[in-house]
Amino acid sequence: MSEKNNLLPSGLPRIESLEMRGIVKKFPGVLANDHVDFDVQAGEIHALLGENGAGKSTLMKILYGLYQPEEGEILLNGERIEIHSPTDSINHGIGMIHQHFMLVDNVTVAENVALGLKSSKGMRLDLDVVSARIRELADKYHLQVNPNAIISKLAVGERQRVEIVKALYRGAALLVLDEPTAVLTPQEVDDLFVIFKQMAADGHALIFISHKLNEIFALTHRVTVLRDGKLIGTVNTSDVTKADLANMMVGREVLLTRDRQPRETGEARLVLENVNAFNDDGQSVLKNISFEVRSGEIVGVAGVSGNGQRPLAEAIAGLQKVENGRVLMAGSDVTNFTPAQMFDTGLSYIPEERMHDGCIKNFSVAENAILQDYVRPPFSKGIFLNFKAIASHAQELIESFNVKTPSQETLIKNLSGGNIQKLILARELAREPHVLIAAQPTRGVDIGATEYIHGQLLRQRAAGLATLLISEDLDEVKAMSDRIVVLYGGEIMGIVKSDEVTIAQLGLMMAGERADEVFAA
Amino acid sequence: MRKSKFNRETFDRLIDALMPVFAALLAFAIGGVILALQGVNPLEAYKAMLVGAFGSKNGLADTFVKATPLLLVGLGIAIAFRGGVINIGAEGQLIMGALFTTWVGLQLGEQLPGAVVIMISLLAGAFMGGVWGAIPGYLKAQLNVNEILSTIMLNQIAIQFAYYLLRGPMIDPAELAAGTNIPHSARLPKSIDMPRFTDVARMMGVDQTAKDLGIQGYLGELYGVLTEPSRLHTGFIFAVIMAILVYIFLWRTTIGFRIRAVGLNRHASRYAGMNVKRTIILSMTLSGAFAGLAGAVEILGLHHRMFEPTAVSAGYGFTGIVAALFGKLHPLGIIPSSIIFGGLLVGGDKMQRAMQVPQVMITAVLGLIILFVVSTDYIVRKRQAKRIKPVASDETTQAESA
Repeated sequence: MSEKNNLLPSGLPRIESLEMRGIVKKFPGVLANDHVDFDVQAGEIHALLGENGAGKSTLMKILYGLYQPEEGEILLNGERIEIHSPTDSINHGIGMIHQHFMLVDNVTVAENVALGLKSSKGMRLDLDVVSARIRELADKYHLQVNPNAIISKLAVGERQRVEIVKALYRGAALLVLDEPTAVLTPQEVDDLFVIFKQMAADGHALIFISHKLNEIFALTHRVTVLRDGKLIGTVNTSDVTKADLANMMVGREVLLTRDRQPRETGEARLVLENVNAFNDDGQSVLKNISFEVRSGEIVGVAGVSGNGQRPLAEAIAGLQKVENGRVLMAGSDVTNFTPAQMFDTGLSYIPEERMHDGCIKNFSVAENAILQDYVRPPFSKGIFLNFKAIASHAQELIESFNVKTPSQETLIKNLSGGNIQKLILARELAREPHVLIAAQPTRGVDIGATEYIHGQLLRQRAAGLATLLISEDLDEVKAMSDRIVVLYGGEIMGIVKSDEVTIAQLGLMMAGERADEVFAA
Repeated sequence: MRKSKFNRETFDRLIDALMPVFAALLAFAIGGVILALQGVNPLEAYKAMLVGAFGSKNGLADTFVKATPLLLVGLGIAIAFRGGVINIGAEGQLIMGALFTTWVGLQLGEQLPGAVVIMISLLAGAFMGGVWGAIPGYLKAQLNVNEILSTIMLNQIAIQFAYYLLRGPMIDPAELAAGTNIPHSARLPKSIDMPRFTDVARMMGVDQTAKDLGIQGYLGELYGVLTEPSRLHTGFIFAVIMAILVYIFLWRTTIGFRIRAVGLNRHASRYAGMNVKRTIILSMTLSGAFAGLAGAVEILGLHHRMFEPTAVSAGYGFTGIVAALFGKLHPLGIIPSSIIFGGLLVGGDKMQRAMQVPQVMITAVLGLIILFVVSTDYIVRKRQAKRIKPVASDETTQAESA
């Protein structure tokens, strides 16, 4: 091998191998990592797969110096190293791309990259030097990044590239990618994967954290699966099937397809007619939205995050003012009803930010289970709460929806995301709604709980519930919905039958092309 | 393994619960250093304080007299805190309550049976305190005006308003006649004095003193507090009953549920269909009502007339906040905590006389306690967060911030 091959395009030495051996990390009562072995080589994209709480984040936080392991060692190119802080980690050539961008919005790309770095000119900034280096890196890695662009003006995909440049600038030879595709359109994901593959080919080592099996097959060479803090196995991606990986991850057979039986839909239960809404700054967030959701139907709402999904859900739920247009429930006008009035019309709403809007962290499971209905019998007797009825209601929800909790008195913040979501779903379905809005019902939820939640939604559909399913997970929308409404910039790009549209077509619509243009092409 | 975890948890919880006590001890230790620097033996000074507050019949009586407004104010503070708003305006609300109680008492005078007038006057005090609390509550809910600022400012308005009334419309006619013009109201009719402990004891036929019965030592002092003439009035019993009612209100009723829900998470409460604005106004109104009630009880039980507003409120509106925090914002916790702080106020006074230490020293120690108790709250929250983090997977926390 020639000298040149040992250097990365950035001019820095490669990390030939990085090995984590016998890593043990304990938290009180939980063994987050139980003798985990993991390794990644130069030129490799290695997926780290596992359900929430399986220990993959803990493992990566140890690699990045945020946690110290109780046992185990980290070897870089065969030599033992100590990582006490992110600075140590960066100095060893390890970079991390976080799931949520760590960028300052209202300054330039160059300023963001320079942030926190020593300037060669002491107290004065040397942004020209930074910009030149960014251009050089962008050029070598075929990343289109303009160092003088303001972050807030950039699209999500561009911001992701800025994060990559930032890591490269800091000398990253190994990159940890924590669910990097969560907020991208399918086309942006494709572009990003081209970049990742090129980086691997150039000699970088990449660790790819994800629970999207499609992406793992599209991108990675090897997969390491963790479950309950233990290493389940490391396999070559080409040797396994999706079902294999899912089974390794969950520890049992998993249903990957959703059995959505064709069903005759019933009467229109929720109708929107030319709904318009504005945010606090007076910007239009919903433009002439019209559609209907019928009994026995799941209507999916697809769109890149921030294209009107949330205002749409809130306009229906009475939390966002409708400026003109009408919202109808079972034929009667309910435009701008209060949330409480909307509940009375038979609406249930699972908000997307479950910890922020869907439950009260410091309330118990039982208290959260009656958040809307605490004033209604049997939960109240006059002005007093009826603890007996509250307890039996909570017990019923816990049992019938398989919520894993030490007791119904446990504060809900101590439950896992999947179990909190199951409880919220249980609460909303127990109210026997006519219409359900489910916003991101499975985001951050493990495969087992996702399977369960999807099953429940389909069962309710069979029983005649009208469901509006808002999700950024296109596979979910496509698998679960009868029809799909695609939103872009607060407008409907098209309403399509989910069986008659491809993911690629949906992707184009999510990027702002109208259905007629997409289908004409 | 399981058992040790349990023990560890119990231990951690115990430490958390005792944090305010540690904070108080630390405050006293620092106070002790300052006392020592002034050439006073801190142990002797603190002993004088302790004995002064709890060692004798008169000390105990004074301690409970001061605990009464602290408890009532503290209950109001706790309701506000539980509802997610901060009420620094208890001083003003107490003054407004005291004023209106006095006015109603003077108007009704002896036209109705004493007990009825007492009831009506108490309600009047609660009502006016509630109005004074509702104003910042409304401003907060409708216009998002910071309630800390608005309640502090309303304190000043209440004080000046009280001076205006006491120098003008409500001034004691006797003062006008004598030409001395001291700003206080006429004395309320004796028929509406809240009964003292000794009055109750006599009603029940207990009229012998400890000496008569030959009860010796501290037991005798305790007996004396309950039966012999002192300033101690039944307002304290009333306040304790109120504490129990507030506990039931907050934890057993639907309105209490709503107040706590809104206090913990306004967003989720709004999503659940609760009227958040109305609940904020309600929390502030109730908070003010309890401060007003404290003013009413001070007038009917102790002063029997309205005078210098800042002497009537006597800083209870602020010390009550400390008592409430020290009692962990739990109505039943505030009962012992208000007795402790009542004792501090009384003991500080006694210490001043016994040791020639300025009373402001005690005020300083109180200040230190506030500082430390508030910071322990932060420490406790951090400790709890640390304990909870590992149980919930770290992905959940990410999803939370998403």
